[in-house]
Amino acid sequence: MGGEPLLRVEQVGKAYFGNRVLKNISFSLNKGRILGLVGENGAGKSTLMNILFGMNVIAETGGYEGKFYINGREANFHSPNDALEAGIGMVHQEFSLIPGFSVTENIVLNRESLVYNPLVEAFGDRLKTLDRADMKRRAGEAIRKLNFSLDSETLISELPVGHKEFTEIAREIDKSKTQLLVLDEPTAVLTESEAEILLDSMRRLAKNGIAIIFISHRLREVMEVCDDIVVLRDGEVVLTTEPSKTSVREIASSMVGRNIEKAAQGDAEGRKFGREILRIRNLWVDMPGETVRSVDLDIKEGEIFGIGGLAGQGKLGISNGIMGLYASGGSVEFDSKTVQLNNPNSPLSMGISSVSEDRRGVGLLLDESIAWNIIFTSLQNQKRFLKSLCGGLVKVRDDSAILDCARKYIQELEIKCVGPGQRVRELSGGNQQKICLAKAFETHPRLLFVSEPTRGIDVGAKKVVLDTLKKYNRELGMTIVMISSELEELRSICDRIAIIDKGTVVGIKSASASSEEFGYLMLGTSEEAANR
Amino acid sequence: MKDIKNFIEDVGWPRILIALFLLSLFVLAPFVGVRLDASINDTLVRFGMNGVMVLAMVPMVQSGCGLNFGLPLGIIAGLLGAVTSVELEVTGLTGVLTAMLIASPIAVILGWCYGLLLNKVKGSEMMIATYVGFSSVALMCIMWLVLPYKSPNMVWGYAGKGLRTTISVEAFWQNAISSIGAFRINEFLAFPTGMFLFFLLLCALMSLFMRTRTGTAMTIVGSNPDYARASGVNIDKMRTLSVVLSTWMGAIGIIMYEQCFGFVQLYMGPFYMAFPAVAAILIGGASVKKASIANVIVGTILFQGILTMTPSVINSMIQTDMSEVIRIIVSNGMILYALTRATKVRS
Repeated sequence: MGGEPLLRVEQVGKAYFGNRVLKNISFSLNKGRILGLVGENGAGKSTLMNILFGMNVIAETGGYEGKFYINGREANFHSPNDALEAGIGMVHQEFSLIPGFSVTENIVLNRESLVYNPLVEAFGDRLKTLDRADMKRRAGEAIRKLNFSLDSETLISELPVGHKEFTEIAREIDKSKTQLLVLDEPTAVLTESEAEILLDSMRRLAKNGIAIIFISHRLREVMEVCDDIVVLRDGEVVLTTEPSKTSVREIASSMVGRNIEKAAQGDAEGRKFGREILRIRNLWVDMPGETVRSVDLDIKEGEIFGIGGLAGQGKLGISNGIMGLYASGGSVEFDSKTVQLNNPNSPLSMGISSVSEDRRGVGLLLDESIAWNIIFTSLQNQKRFLKSLCGGLVKVRDDSAILDCARKYIQELEIKCVGPGQRVRELSGGNQQKICLAKAFETHPRLLFVSEPTRGIDVGAKKVVLDTLKKYNRELGMTIVMISSELEELRSICDRIAIIDKGTVVGIKSASASSEEFGYLMLGTSEEAANR
Repeated sequence: MKDIKNFIEDVGWPRILIALFLLSLFVLAPFVGVRLDASINDTLVRFGMNGVMVLAMVPMVQSGCGLNFGLPLGIIAGLLGAVTSVELEVTGLTGVLTAMLIASPIAVILGWCYGLLLNKVKGSEMMIATYVGFSSVALMCIMWLVLPYKSPNMVWGYAGKGLRTTISVEAFWQNAISSIGAFRINEFLAFPTGMFLFFLLLCALMSLFMRTRTGTAMTIVGSNPDYARASGVNIDKMRTLSVVLSTWMGAIGIIMYEQCFGFVQLYMGPFYMAFPAVAAILIGGASVKKASIANVIVGTILFQGILTMTPSVINSMIQTDMSEVIRIIVSNGMILYALTRATKVRS
């Protein structure tokens, strides 16, 4: 190819508040080529794209290290406008379209074709009239480049989600300057046939000289369409390769496989479990963004069962559905008794508790004291922490018992606070998470769902949380179902791990299985396909 | 020094300033020819009259339904009880209790419907509540004319039907509760013991209720509905209960007000009744999301004190009648201040 590449990234790094998310990223991309960027959630893909696009959040948190060059010139963007000016177009995962405007209007928004009218003499260029015919022509042209049939007069709000994706891409193509297009998981919302069309359009665009960065979890698509592949893991480039020189297997294992020997392999070997305590059949849950389509699971008494999978595939929906927080259906049996779905009281009264992934939204009363946060569920459901007044006529809160209970957990879980009366809003994320755990433990559950227990908390608190879960499991025989995006974390404490993809269980493996095997399951590729 | 700082932080600047202002009015009063003992008497009476209606705000604030701007609905139930008891010609303490007894089921039914409505408009309860209050008053303006009350003490003299705008209860049960155990200190100052005892009894009951399992659940629903639901609490039921409770207290509150005031005010009477109660609890330090019994007591004393003292002292100073203007500025100003105030986190 020769000459200077269109985009050259050199030694780019970034840390948020001392927490390193990117280090020493280097790669280059030539005109007319498609680069596949793959990595687990949290591997640093979004941060890298934010740097590339000059997003404010980067400058606000202290800028980045390293440099990147566009057409050989060093680029230093202060805002997304600079990036647009330099010819970088971006299609985000979340749509940025105006629902009440037509496809045409959205595609040419703020770059409309204009014609002169007399008012311009008096008030300047801002009063030029829109040239609708020309706008329509431009929109049609952009859509044609994508080889997709899309009526340019339809309102965005009436379009199916796949068509919105194409509208976004058409908008980027219509910008005459665009030379580099970033597509952030564009196929996630598309049907199979639409995805095919999109991949085809990407090839056409590349042929016209536009370079594309394609971010996707679907390795098959990446293998099919990309010319170069860059794999990120924990903020580092772990593999730079080309599809012809690699296999899905290699990409998958480099994506998830941290130093496996290093990860603490729990004392999972040789543990004996009781009978099946939780039987889930055909469970569906309508949780926005985490739809569960059909899940069958059997969980044995006394085990720690892990549920993993990529974000948005439905793993979080399982616990929320069983706990009655989102509309759900199917059958769930606990200890041979049927759990009523859509009724939060039913699982709670049977001895099933949960620690929500939405800590601040569902898990805590931010404006109440630590003590109240810990005891409320027990007070409501098990009528504990109440004392009789007037010879049993009324029962009121037993404040001293409540405080004692709170103090016990503060000590046991090393919650850093002023005292049991402190408001939970004032605590750090890790301590808040410990309170969520204390709340669940205090209901004395036989089965505990724990969703994303270590999300957004520091390393020290992480260890306390995981150790506590393990302790309660070993000492009290509490059955724990842990749902987490971090596979290594699941592998370090679980006995068995189920992987959820597209709302169903795609496989259950022992925690000692290799990370490659989990990688395939998470990425929706079978082993046979990988070996092809 | 640190203790003073903590005290100020706990009590809050607005309350300290208002209390100092009120105190300065009391100090100033004798110098402009306003009798101190008469002023204290007025303040005490007004406190007792309005206290229950301010207390009615607590359950709805705690359950997250916001301030009960729809208080006129409860007041209407109370008015129905009052005029019915006058129609039945029951006098004395029995008369007041009859009024409350009749008002209660009406308040519960109205409150329940009102609660169902508020559950449909989560997030904008206070605006809807204001209009519920206003429109119910308008509807009752027709009903007062149409309802078949016959007592010559209450109907228009020339037509022989339709209730008058103001009905005196002097002959029936004025001061029936206030006078229980009341004692006179001098010509201008009396202490309405019964009214205070009744108010404190209701405060104690409310405080007890808030500490029960149901009361705690109500507070949690207001604090974080999602948390409450995940803990198995029926959110809508708790909210409806709080609205019923608030409406019922509104009904009892207006009867307390009338037995002290001596008149039943119909038609547009209840129209603006919610605002002084809202202003009082906000002055007392409550927010739209949290209110306590202490907020009620402190707020009612401060607000009614200002309302009593400002007009009389300032009128005497500037020799014109500004009382109503000042009242409106103070009460609406307080509502404005409190509603725009954000709850801040102590770090």
